[in-house]
Amino acid sequence: MTTTSVAVPSTAEKKFNLNFKDFGIVFGLAAIMLFLALNTGTFLTGRNFINLFDQAAVVGLLAAAATLCIISGVFDLSSTATLAVSAISGVMITQQFGVTAGFFGALLVGALLGTITGLIVVSTRVNSFIGTLAVSIIYRGLAIVITGGAIVAPLPEQLASFQTWTWPSLFGLTAGSVLMLAMTTVLGIVLWRTTFGRRIYAVGGNQEAARLSGIRTGSIHVAVFAISGLCSAMAGMILASRAGSAQPAMAIGIELTAIAAVVIGGTSILGGQGAMWRAFVGVMILTVISNGFNLLHWDTTYQQVVTGVLILLAVAADGLFFRKSTR
Amino acid sequence: MAIEQLEKPGHASRRTAPEITVSGIGKRYGATQVLKDVTLSVIPGEIHGIMGENGAGKSTLLKILGGAITADSGTMELDGHPVRITTPRDAISHGISLISQELALIPNLSVLENVFLGRWSNRGSLLSPNRDSEHFARLLEETGFELDPRATVGNLPIGQQQQVEILKALARGAKVLCMDEPTAVLNEAEKEKLLQVVKRLARAGTTVLIVSHYLEEVLGLVDRVTILRDGQHIVTEEAAGHTPESLVRLMVGREVDFLIPDIPQVPSEAETVVRVAGLTSAKVKDISFEVRRGEILGIAGLVGSGRSETLLAVFGADRTTGGHVEINGRRIRPSSIRDAIKAGIALIPESRKEQGLVMSRPVAENIALSTLPARSWAGFVKAQRERTAVKDVSKSVDLRGARPGQPVANLSGGNQQKALFAKWLLNPPAVLLVDEPTRGVDIAAKARIHSIIVELAAKGTAVIVVSSELEEVLGLSHRIHVMRHGRIVAEFDRNASRDEVMTSAFLK
Ligand SMILES: Nc1ncnc2c1ncn2[C@@H]1O[C@H](COP(=O)(O)OP(=O)(O)OP(=O)(O)O)[C@@H](O)[C@H]1O
Ligand SMILES: [Mg+2]
Repeated sequence: MTTTSVAVPSTAEKKFNLNFKDFGIVFGLAAIMLFLALNTGTFLTGRNFINLFDQAAVVGLLAAAATLCIISGVFDLSSTATLAVSAISGVMITQQFGVTAGFFGALLVGALLGTITGLIVVSTRVNSFIGTLAVSIIYRGLAIVITGGAIVAPLPEQLASFQTWTWPSLFGLTAGSVLMLAMTTVLGIVLWRTTFGRRIYAVGGNQEAARLSGIRTGSIHVAVFAISGLCSAMAGMILASRAGSAQPAMAIGIELTAIAAVVIGGTSILGGQGAMWRAFVGVMILTVISNGFNLLHWDTTYQQVVTGVLILLAVAADGLFFRKSTR
Repeated sequence: MAIEQLEKPGHASRRTAPEITVSGIGKRYGATQVLKDVTLSVIPGEIHGIMGENGAGKSTLLKILGGAITADSGTMELDGHPVRITTPRDAISHGISLISQELALIPNLSVLENVFLGRWSNRGSLLSPNRDSEHFARLLEETGFELDPRATVGNLPIGQQQQVEILKALARGAKVLCMDEPTAVLNEAEKEKLLQVVKRLARAGTTVLIVSHYLEEVLGLVDRVTILRDGQHIVTEEAAGHTPESLVRLMVGREVDFLIPDIPQVPSEAETVVRVAGLTSAKVKDISFEVRRGEILGIAGLVGSGRSETLLAVFGADRTTGGHVEINGRRIRPSSIRDAIKAGIALIPESRKEQGLVMSRPVAENIALSTLPARSWAGFVKAQRERTAVKDVSKSVDLRGARPGQPVANLSGGNQQKALFAKWLLNPPAVLLVDEPTRGVDIAAKARIHSIIVELAAKGTAVIVVSSELEEVLGLSHRIHVMRHGRIVAEFDRNASRDEVMTSAFLK
């Protein structure tokens, strides 16, 4: 009697799968960078890297916040609406009280709006996806109300110092990139090492178990939304600083790019799993791809196709490797 | 063996149960070899018990048979024909159905929809609910279950959810039922009913593979028994010649004392720790009782009688509408879990998957979750201290099978239960509420958990134990309250007989 085997993946292959699931995305980024380094003379220059990080700053900040949200089990689709309102408020405060006051004012407004979003989502118990979508429409409307639909800009004599986020600072990186890197690091440590971080994972992984462990799940979510608002405000000030102005329609749709970056990095959209470094890698992949299209003079319309395919691959790979590792 | 034909025409993909032979099955997860070269055969129509300690590989073996996971090596034959089963679908098409330790129902759907999930009767592409209802009624008749087909599954007690799982398997024409600890979640009466159903199905020609940690139950039920130890096949033998002791010896490889330890008297001057007065929630009415320092109060009753809900109300997890809880004379803020925890109350909930553990997170993180502030500085977790604390407490509950950094989901069922226990032992509580403390743990670990409870009480913790296992409540408690329809209806001391307690739980 012949018999067929049930399944025979070698253990070596299995090990590789596990590691690949954990760090595969880093290899992905490395591969793209290697490709660009070999095919362009300009990719590996300091100037280009300064550029890369500057381009990553806004999405990077939003993705760092989105990581906290997604791991805790919520989505914040209102982040760029919050970004617009806080940037506009920042500019208006700048006009009245100066650049420094404007910057901190924007942060305050962002954190406040984030808190309000959080309170709305938590107290109405609506699905965060729908809840924050609604809130984002409200905030965009609010932005139009404040500005009357117009572009706002700081006074001409303030412009130079207002654009401080585009100036070179540490290692020649723009101040905006440094802010993004700093926030990613800080929030990464929060997630990795603090009791707050532990609670974020627990709430996202099993809300009822978290509640029965004495965790105030509502407060965790409000806090996460507040942090998201704060990061949105920072991103907003970087954008306004670059453009020298702010307007109600700024950064529309970038909240989705940020979520895409988080997912590409390998954080599970189901919550309770993931890490900050993953968001950073995801952001860098998206940025390097767009950078590559520029350097290679490829038609940038295809860039969207590539990005879309990449998101699908990331999500599918997550499912595939996860299944493999538990089967 | 088959006497009466249970099968109704048109519902089976296979007429009779096959003889199953597996040879050389191996399965490895990372560095741990979970199954090593397991070979056994299962006779058609027999009830076959699979026994072993927590983590021995029982669930893994059943999951391989049921196609939920695939083995790394080995072969499988049905009636001498080699088969490859790599998905649950394959298994079902061969008439093999797995009812796993963690039930896999869709909570938002009705009983009927769950039973016929994925195989609704249809005419053309329209569903035909009438034919399903008829089929459902027949299944109820066969099994003797009482279930409302329209009830939402998520609202049913666990015992009834499991009945839904069994119906689901039967509806798919299962000829081989692989049941992973089916009785772990049931109360005495339901257990009895299930065992009758299993016998009935086997008489009609269905093969049943059953995993259980209840030795007497297995001995009274199965024809043959297979023992696994550390992933290895030890023996497959007729059950007839065995005693609980002989089984344990084979499972553990040494002698084990598994009687519930004697519980020390509560000193007459021991002060009252817990005072519950008139506590009322949506599920329980006017609950009043007191527990003294070092005392163990047992709560008995049927599933759905409000035992778990009483614990949840005391813990502040369910919103209360009246009454209050006092710990050491201080009133707890109603419906505040945090205040309850601060007063020293700990709750080990009924369902480890839904209420107890964050499956995606590491074992150590889960254990440390409810006492985070105790090992942190300025909001930062003191990782080193946490590691040592978790290691110590894991050892005290004999937690095995995974490193602290691995996700809790990788632990075997019994070890997950131990992790849940460990979580609340990190800081010994003043009041311990335990719901089904030994659900799914093996006999040695059960003895360990019993002695942990008794030791805690001896050190002054006031304990309230809810268990569907009457022996456990009787053996472990100084006093016993019986609940029915959300109320406490009777009180017994520890000398009460099993029958007395049963009767008062069942009375109308
Ligand atoms: N996905 C997984 N990854 C890593 N290890 C696993 C995984 N699933 C199971 N294990 C390990 O395999 C071993 C056997 O697990 P299994 O669930 O088969 O035990 P069991 O005999 O059913 O125990 P119990 O009586 O506690 O249910 C355990 O040590 C467990 O930790
Ligand atoms: Mg098991």
